[in-house]
Amino acid sequence: MKIIVCISKAPDTTSKIAFKDNNSQFDEAGVQFIVNPYDEWYALVRALELKEANGGNVTVLNVGGAENDAIIRKALAIGADDAVRIDAQTADALYVAKQIAGYVKANGADMILLGKETIDYNGSQVGGMVAALLDVPYVSLASKLTMSGTTATIEREIEGGVEIIETSLPFVLSAAKGMAEARIPNMRGIMAARTKPLNVVPAFEATNSTEIKSFLLPAAKTGCKYVDADNVEELVNLLRNEAKAI
Amino acid sequence: MSVLIYTDSNSGTLTKNAFEAANYGALIAKKEGITATAIVVGNTNDIASLGNYGIANALHCNDASLSNFDPQKIAQVIIQAAKKINATTIVLAHDYSGKAVAPILAAKLDAGLVSGAIALPEGNTVKKAVFSGKAFANVEVKTPIKIISVLPNSVDKAITNGNCAVENFSCEITSTRLTVKEVKKASNELSLTEADIVVSAGRGLKGPENWGMIEELAKELGAATACSRPVADIGWRPHHEHVGQTGLAIRPNLYFAIGISGAIQHLAGVNGSKVIVVINTDPEAPFFKAADYGIVGDAFQVVPKLIEAVKKIKA
Ligand SMILES: Cc1cc2nc3c(=O)[nH]c(=O)nc-3n(C[C@H](O)[C@H](O)[C@H](O)COP(=O)(O)OP(=O)(O)OC[C@H]3O[C@@H](n4cnc5c(N)ncnc54)[C@H](O)[C@@H]3O)c2cc1C
Ligand SMILES: Nc1ncnc2c1ncn2[C@@H]1O[C@H](COP(=O)(O)O)[C@@H](O)[C@H]1O
Repeated sequence: MKIIVCISKAPDTTSKIAFKDNNSQFDEAGVQFIVNPYDEWYALVRALELKEANGGNVTVLNVGGAENDAIIRKALAIGADDAVRIDAQTADALYVAKQIAGYVKANGADMILLGKETIDYNGSQVGGMVAALLDVPYVSLASKLTMSGTTATIEREIEGGVEIIETSLPFVLSAAKGMAEARIPNMRGIMAARTKPLNVVPAFEATNSTEIKSFLLPAAKTGCKYVDADNVEELVNLLRNEAKAI
Repeated sequence: MSVLIYTDSNSGTLTKNAFEAANYGALIAKKEGITATAIVVGNTNDIASLGNYGIANALHCNDASLSNFDPQKIAQVIIQAAKKINATTIVLAHDYSGKAVAPILAAKLDAGLVSGAIALPEGNTVKKAVFSGKAFANVEVKTPIKIISVLPNSVDKAITNGNCAVENFSCEITSTRLTVKEVKKASNELSLTEADIVVSAGRGLKGPENWGMIEELAKELGAATACSRPVADIGWRPHHEHVGQTGLAIRPNLYFAIGISGAIQHLAGVNGSKVIVVINTDPEAPFFKAADYGIVGDAFQVVPKLIEAVKKIKA
């Protein structure tokens, strides 16, 4: 089975968020980049588990520039067999999806796993777009995936609960919590990652459908109003009469 | 030119998020002087109540093949409705359903999608939350059709009491390779993402046996309960209560954080809350920086008093 795991680069979860060039660019100074947590912890690890159980090949796929190679090597260290980077710079989900779909059309895949969203742009977009471009089922926000032959049984989150669905290969799935337990790369994995193939391929022709014009930070909280621990009624009063929240 | 809003339903009734999306779409239409139409799929009651959210027309596609949630099929319906009314803006809620359907629509219509919008568009530019709520971005849509999914609890209802005419809409639905085997709806517990008030607690509560008072406070307030990640990881609380960067992102009107330190990853899931109350023994807990109201104190003393005070004011 040929599994493709789409990984994106994201700022570490503790990063200070700041902007530069008149608030038009994310300020990367001092920011540590990681593999987007959903892609790494859930999509990639579940793909590796399926491969370990049933055989096959796990390719990690990233759309981005050479600066992404470090996080791609991290995914290889965790256990992916090989990597592909489609050489393009963009922040538009549809553009990224067209790259991924273009690659899959040319090279084939049985299963395409992504994270439920990136923690920087919070799109939740690329997976559904890839599925639509390839005309295959899209299973969003999946928390469990098991395979039996070519049939997949998947648990996914829906409004007000979960549902269990069945589909056949090929399909696209976006992974959420519950899929797998995060793995930490070991020394052998890190050594092996250095020599695993990382193929760089040119971008497919596409245009951006959206463009970020500017960023802004939320207005700072004006400060916390403290209430004495012995005067809890005052808190309830404030919540009712000042905040009008209860 | 017109606005089309996909209004999702759950167990036969339109959801709170669906009404918010309707309101958002109606406000865009009003601003641009065009019409807003809702599209409803499957067995749904009370579609006419969309009139209270500024929607004068609704298309209802009650095809038997839509009885289970299948985003590919819903996208087919929306696309046919969009063609019928010549929609130039399509609005959905940025909830479980919207996250599944909106990207399919965007790819099929080759349209730019802004997901998680928190304000009405200014021309072709839409403001959305990014970096897990730590910042906002103004995103310009460059395609003729705009698709916008709106973050729950972010745009106020502009009350209108109008009528909504419901028209049966039959469409072609091609089958997909997806079959729903089982639907497990959460019991009648209040859904965390839709709750107006959330009472959340963390490792400061010391053990699962101490959640009785959290549940009682939640019950008195008509609130849902939530927890920090370590609390779910060690099994004190169910996983679906975990909020934060890696759990659910929620935006209630009122969020109580009890015995939670306020790590940046936790804040990322709750910083869209309108009012935040923090109860913590440690005056230096980072959560106080994000709080509107705070009590420095022991949860085991404060919460029982809080329950009494709430009972009193509700009485
Ligand atoms: C990549 C990544 C992702 C993460 N994602 C999430 C996430 O999604 N959600 C999340 O919550 N965390 C997440 N975390 C973990 C996060 O960093 C914190 O470790 C976690 O939020 C701490 O949980 P806590 O506040 O319950 O516990 P603690 O940090 O242990 O805080 C307990 C608090 O309780 C207070 N306290 C103690 N006793 C009492 C008492 N009697 N009364 C009142 N207060 C008391 C203490 O002063 C303290 O502030 C993530 C971490 C990483 C690295
Ligand atoms: N540049 C990229 N390269 C490869 N995969 C990506 C890229 N951007 C996003 N993805 C994948 O798409 C998922 C959803 O991203 P988004 O739609 O941006 O929230 C991520 O979790 C990744 O799995």
